[in-house]
Amino acid sequence: METAEPISIAEAKFTLSPGQLFWQRLKRRKIAVAGGVILIFLYAVALTAGFVAPFYYDHLNTDYSFHPPLWPRLSGFHLIVPRTEAQADGFVYHELPNDTKPLHFFVCGDKYKLFGFIPASIHLFGTGDSNYPVYLLGADQFGRDVFSRILYGSQISLSIGIIGIALSFAFGMIIGGISGYFAGSTDTVIMRLCELIMSIPALYLIISLRAAFPPGMSSSEIYAMIVVILSFIGWASMARVIRGMTLSLREQQFVLAARALGQSHLKIICRHILPNTFSYVIVAATLSVPYYILGEVVLSFLGVGIQEPQASWGNMLSAAEDVQYLQNYPWLLAPSAAIFVTVLAFNFLGDGLRDAADTKSL
Amino acid sequence: MNLLEIKNLKMDFGKNAEALRAIDDVSLTIGAGETVCLVGESGCGKTVTALSIARLVPTPPANYVGGEILLNGQDILKMPNGELRNIRGGVVSYVFQEPGAALNPVFRVGNQIKESLKLHKPEKATNEEVIRLLKLVGIPAPESRIRNYPFEMSGGMQQRVMIAMALASEPKLLVADEPTTALDVTIQAQILELLHELKQRLGMAILLITHNLGIVGDMADRVAVMYAGQIVELAPVKELLRQPLHPYTKALMASVPKLRGDADRLSAIPGNVPRIGNFPAGCRFAPRCPMAKPECSEKVPELVEVEAGRWVRCPFWKTS
Amino acid sequence: MIPLLLGVSLLTFLLMSLAPGNYFTALKQNPQVSPETIARLQAQFHLDKPWYLQYFYWLANVLRGNFGYSMAYKISATSLIFSRLWNTFTLSLLAMVIAWTIAIPLGVSAAVKRDSWIDRGSSLIAFVGLSISEIVLALLAMWFAAVTGWFPIGGAPGPSFGLSAMQQFGDYLHHLILPALVLAASDIAGIMRQMRSNLLDTLRAEYITAARARGLGEGWVIYKHALRNAINPLLTIFGYSLASLLSGAFIVENIMAWPGLGRLTMEAFFAKDSYLVVDCVVMATALLVIGNFIADLLLAWSDPRIRLE
Repeated sequence: METAEPISIAEAKFTLSPGQLFWQRLKRRKIAVAGGVILIFLYAVALTAGFVAPFYYDHLNTDYSFHPPLWPRLSGFHLIVPRTEAQADGFVYHELPNDTKPLHFFVCGDKYKLFGFIPASIHLFGTGDSNYPVYLLGADQFGRDVFSRILYGSQISLSIGIIGIALSFAFGMIIGGISGYFAGSTDTVIMRLCELIMSIPALYLIISLRAAFPPGMSSSEIYAMIVVILSFIGWASMARVIRGMTLSLREQQFVLAARALGQSHLKIICRHILPNTFSYVIVAATLSVPYYILGEVVLSFLGVGIQEPQASWGNMLSAAEDVQYLQNYPWLLAPSAAIFVTVLAFNFLGDGLRDAADTKSL
Repeated sequence: MNLLEIKNLKMDFGKNAEALRAIDDVSLTIGAGETVCLVGESGCGKTVTALSIARLVPTPPANYVGGEILLNGQDILKMPNGELRNIRGGVVSYVFQEPGAALNPVFRVGNQIKESLKLHKPEKATNEEVIRLLKLVGIPAPESRIRNYPFEMSGGMQQRVMIAMALASEPKLLVADEPTTALDVTIQAQILELLHELKQRLGMAILLITHNLGIVGDMADRVAVMYAGQIVELAPVKELLRQPLHPYTKALMASVPKLRGDADRLSAIPGNVPRIGNFPAGCRFAPRCPMAKPECSEKVPELVEVEAGRWVRCPFWKTS
Repeated sequence: MIPLLLGVSLLTFLLMSLAPGNYFTALKQNPQVSPETIARLQAQFHLDKPWYLQYFYWLANVLRGNFGYSMAYKISATSLIFSRLWNTFTLSLLAMVIAWTIAIPLGVSAAVKRDSWIDRGSSLIAFVGLSISEIVLALLAMWFAAVTGWFPIGGAPGPSFGLSAMQQFGDYLHHLILPALVLAASDIAGIMRQMRSNLLDTLRAEYITAARARGLGEGWVIYKHALRNAINPLLTIFGYSLASLLSGAFIVENIMAWPGLGRLTMEAFFAKDSYLVVDCVVMATALLVIGNFIADLLLAWSDPRIRLE
């Protein structure tokens, strides 16, 4: 019987690396890809919110309080925008006949700062005349365009989600790694602290933390405060899971091998143990971002987060808390659609990531 | 009439274009009280064949496209569900490979055995009968054992409990799918001896699935060798071990390490077992066969009875 | 459990003490109240002392069962807290019962009839349910109540004089139903998906094939053998479910004006009544801890492997 010819290590061709395999499995899941695409789109829009939004977030127009959605119409080959006027009493609007302006793209409008520092005044679409506004999703009590405010709000909500997750997971991973690696009394103390934090229902803890900050703060201070509060909630549960994984990983032979080579403890934790937790961390992070976004929404909704006139999905929704308003002006609920789509996209993506990482399934 | 007759069984996984044939034209008979060993490597289809006897393979995704399975003269594949449940446990019982895995972890051992009894022999569904069965399979102090949970027992004991459960309904055929593979060698020997003893006392037929040729020599009356979904050789055990006819069987026996002699290299069969869906055209063993000729890859050889009770699927069986 | 609650109360106290101002800050602006009165009130409530002494006084009182006096409500805090606690408890309990009663059968049918329209439909509802925030659901529920008039638009059960016990109970339930449904809705999705995935895993196990091999009917196999095993991991998420329920209750109570612990916390927060906030947080934590404890007991009862460790 013949035996196979041996081949050299250099010639050996292995199949895909774990990373490539993961990516391939991920691409096969349509739902995850859909989620990812939606998120890329949302973040791109948030980044260029000032440009896409026809108005600045606190562009008031009391002539148009509670204006229902006003879309441009097709007339021949042009899009035109009619002008409306309020009835004598109440906020019912009717169109003025033969009083329209054409819709332009890349039109000049409110001033804003692109990416936060480039002054600009070009908007994606609009009429160029604030007497002929385009209210894609209607206007709120002060005549501010709901669509524009949703876009500005997305900047806050989407960024808080990512930054909050990054901070709390980074912190949680390190603490969890240290706790599981060194075990003993360090571990006990850290775990008791984590249990303490985790045993308080999330929103009660959030409110307690909020109480620790003074009431009057600038908007950037508020933003930073929200990030800090949300990160504080999340790190404990991450630390616990990482600690559990570390406890078992540190018994593995490759850790012993690293010690035998003289690696320092910190190096072992960071370079050997923690990378083995990445597949869990990525999935958990993606599935947790919605909670961070919702955390900010709740805080702003209850009035203790982002304050007026800044736009946040949360404080926009608090206007809808009045049932009368909700019945008469249902477009005030529009931010909930934005929240829904964002959370759904993260759930799709996270679910797909989890399936792709779980090599036991198809 | 034989107890079990599998005739030209064909089974696919999946349908139409995506169908993968797992069992290809398998025929096997087992007479009452006979022990037949089904030998083959992992992935050759022996487990699904065995599970098919009681129609335990879930039918999607499996698809029986040809042949019949006659148990006591009745066609299993066409039987309605109600009758099938009587057959399962009543005529044929199973013992699985992982001893603990086949026992439900949240129920006590005694209750699980009693459940079987209630179904097939309700008049005997008592603690006394359970204790008798446990004694029969050699479990010490059975009175205290009936209240144990599976995880409180060792692997060998769990396997004995499984055997007791299989025997509870007094089946005519016991199908044991690699019952000792997951056990230590010494426990293996005990379990095999137990099976042997039970067979003699109760007159049961046994279909023993294994990839260990040593067990075959000990236990079998007849042997069927499976490769890539097909039976390639079928013979009484003594003849097979003394003079295997199919190149695959010969290679299997040659690959068993010998303690005597001056062999300095383990002889392995070159190449890999073809995976389902990737079967080569013609004879499936041809790519790895030392005697392969060009015509082997053109047509699938027939299973031919070359002597009384000896079947081979190789036209060149005479040359060796 | 006790050290945990002590730790929680200490932490919350510390956090509350970090912010400047207290209940009397607003009162100080009021020209009708003299500075001496304020000083006397502050001394009475120990608010002029450092936070650790305040904590000591608070703890001493609590251990005697006295939650002190709510400065904002001007009634004994003890009865206030317990009545609110009871409302949060009933809300969470009803929501939990509704959620689990719907989610478990749905999860089981989704697993048993895999890839059927029940499975895909409920999976879709699960995804959607997971993604809608309680805020939105609560707002929609209020809208629904306003439009149909079948339910009160949030709020507490009305005054009870003149009504029989039955009528009071009915009124209570009438106000409780909508908030409980909203709260349950967000929970159903998670439980259902978990049940489905657990049951699918269990059905792949070898002891299920072995059970079928013994001739047991499919229904018996699923509902007696598989389900018993699939339920166990669910009991472990019972704890998380309860935690998210209590957080969700916080939101629902505040939007739909259900007089529970969450609503009290926000009221106390805005009034800067720090003792009351601490009381609420500790009570909510206690509720969660006890709930987790019960879940552990249930798990031990259900899974013999855990019992004997």
